[in-house]
Amino acid sequence: MAATSVVPVPPGPMEREWTTPDRGTVGIIFLIVTETALFSIFVVTYLVYIGKSLNGPYPREVLSIPIIASICLLLSSWTVYRAEHALQHNHLDRFKLWWIITILLGGEFLIATGVEWYHLITKEHFTISTNLAGSTFYSLVGLHASHVIVGLTFLLLVLIVTLAGFPIQTQFRRVRFLSWYWHFVDGIWVVVFTVVYIIGR
Amino acid sequence: MASIDYPLEHPKIHPREFSFSETLYAWVATVDHKRLGLMYIVSALIFLVIAGIMASVMRIQLAVPNNHFVDPDTFNRLFTMHGTTMVFLVGMPIVAGLSNYLVPLMIGARDMAFPRLNAFGFWIFLFGGLLLYYSYIGGSGLSGAGSAPDVGWFAYAPLTEKAFSRGASSDFWALGVMVSGFGSIASAINVIATTISLRCPGMTLSRMPVFVWVMLVDAWLILVALPPLSAAQIMLLLDRSLGANFFNTQAGGSAVLWQHFFWIFGHPEVYILIFPAFGTLSEIIPIFSRKPIFGRPAMVGAVVAIGFISLGVWAHHMFAVGMTSWSNTFFAASSMLVGVPTGIKIFNWTATMYGGKLRFATPMLFCCGFLLQFLVAGLTGIMLAVAPFDWQLHDSYFVVAHFHFTLIGGLVFGVFAGLYYWFPKATGRMLSEKLGKWHFWLFCIGFNMTFIPLHFAGMLGMPRRIYTYAAGRGWESWNMIASIGVIFQAAGILFFVWNVIQSLRFGERAGDDPWDAWTLEWATTSPPPEYNFEKLPVVRSSRPLWDLKHPQDPDWKFE
Repeated sequence: MAATSVVPVPPGPMEREWTTPDRGTVGIIFLIVTETALFSIFVVTYLVYIGKSLNGPYPREVLSIPIIASICLLLSSWTVYRAEHALQHNHLDRFKLWWIITILLGGEFLIATGVEWYHLITKEHFTISTNLAGSTFYSLVGLHASHVIVGLTFLLLVLIVTLAGFPIQTQFRRVRFLSWYWHFVDGIWVVVFTVVYIIGR
Repeated sequence: MASIDYPLEHPKIHPREFSFSETLYAWVATVDHKRLGLMYIVSALIFLVIAGIMASVMRIQLAVPNNHFVDPDTFNRLFTMHGTTMVFLVGMPIVAGLSNYLVPLMIGARDMAFPRLNAFGFWIFLFGGLLLYYSYIGGSGLSGAGSAPDVGWFAYAPLTEKAFSRGASSDFWALGVMVSGFGSIASAINVIATTISLRCPGMTLSRMPVFVWVMLVDAWLILVALPPLSAAQIMLLLDRSLGANFFNTQAGGSAVLWQHFFWIFGHPEVYILIFPAFGTLSEIIPIFSRKPIFGRPAMVGAVVAIGFISLGVWAHHMFAVGMTSWSNTFFAASSMLVGVPTGIKIFNWTATMYGGKLRFATPMLFCCGFLLQFLVAGLTGIMLAVAPFDWQLHDSYFVVAHFHFTLIGGLVFGVFAGLYYWFPKATGRMLSEKLGKWHFWLFCIGFNMTFIPLHFAGMLGMPRRIYTYAAGRGWESWNMIASIGVIFQAAGILFFVWNVIQSLRFGERAGDDPWDAWTLEWATTSPPPEYNFEKLPVVRSSRPLWDLKHPQDPDWKFE
């Protein structure tokens, strides 16, 4: 018994250059696929239960369209792209600037959601247990908000290590994956916004 | 010995060279795909024995009419925990374990794409499972009612709502299963990234072993099918703990919606579970027939087809709910359609054997058992896909017999085939053929003895999940025979356990390539070193070791 194996390497040159896709790229794409599957079930539930609540308050009475928060979140998709672009070209100061703006815009969205929920719960008495609209509203918007929190946490982490002097440009790949995740969170908001504030009202 | 020529350090396999705590630390802290794969498989086998004991207790209870071996509440917990364990804590880790161990070796990679995510996946699966079992202690909750979950493995609403399921048992069910599901998702992302990104030079998709293809599609199914279950479980937990109304019929919620969500997960899930068996058969049958697999592109195409069609058949579990006739027709047709690619696979395995030089070693015996039994399971499946037939036999023992034929006769036989086939690779020692044949025949006889009669009991009207039954309905003899079959199955499993214990210490040394096989995992040592391959292999055909062994007649000249 040979202690090591015969690794098959056939004679002759390779037929052609051998490249495979980057593992991180594949990983983040399929993470987004599985997250999409998760969201789609909550979206379907929301759509199925529109108008099925047996008692009020109903969405059209209590929900107001969060225009500013939505603009902030969608704008942050563009700013995070600017930041990624700046990092790619090694403009570290510009990267920091756009990155901070992204965090501020994301934070504004989260605060706006918090204010909206506070208003709904304390003033309108519209809670998760009020009716089906409440259950579906808080679960769908809450699921999205929890993804915003995860995204913001990672954005902040990148900001902190960058400000602490870590050479973030060496981690460009990971910054790019984070920005893709952020785009995904923003994209989902378009769906959630349409379903909750336009169709659902 | 050639070891002089290769002074590379090999991993220490024998724990006696290390102290116990060092060994323990090495296993707990490992990120090596082979160790994680083995830990997945070993935990799956332990859960298999636990859930098997539960099944045996149920068979004792049902052996004779009017039996009082266990009380009704215990019986409800038994079938719930048996089903949940078998699906989520046996089937799922088998998927993850086999693909973790074998996929990198087969594609000539040194590890999975994300080794730490891999370790995370295993541990969160294991603790999810322990959380589920903790319900036996903590399930009574603050209200002091309930113990282990007793709502059935598909936990239909509104039975799981707070009003009907007191205590914390259903919370444990939802949380335990959801948490272990995160592990499956982590492992699935890993398998996909590994397969796409870490293939060794020359390993194009068209040359990839069929096993790897199957596990790739399996990972895809996990990614799209598991989140619906997690979503539904989140809703259930919101219902139970925050008073949401998703499945609360009093507030307009829909119990049928839970069924839809559960089976959107549940039907792809049965394909997720059977795929490892499809994979092992596609590797083992060619080796033991000395023929390349018949219709390789058709095999891969069939798996990919199942990966999509199986997402659109879920409501055939719900014919008895009262859907529209259009829905019934659609789901009956799509369910029959999924039988087509499955049939292609059965035909191709048989065609691989046809005219081959067959060697009936234990792995091959289990494959043959699979072919016959899975065929029966497929045919009863087609019968149940006919909506009016299903109305007759819905929730009867006929259904129980059908899915045990797929999951034991199919999955478990396929997995045993794989364990006998790859055990030499993982441990460096062969499993005993003699004990293996005892295992096969006892298990095969016992399995058929248990589950063939249950078809008849079901057709005579015996509903599933009953705690006991009255005499004189014609069910007694079928149930008695079924219960006797369990003795044979248990004996078979004991032979397997004994075989593993014996062979680990005294088994014949396997060498690198005991089966004269063709895929890359047999090119490295048994057990493989931590880095798998000293030099990354380069492949030019779908059978790289054949090319190496037959330089005059390599495959790449013809592919």
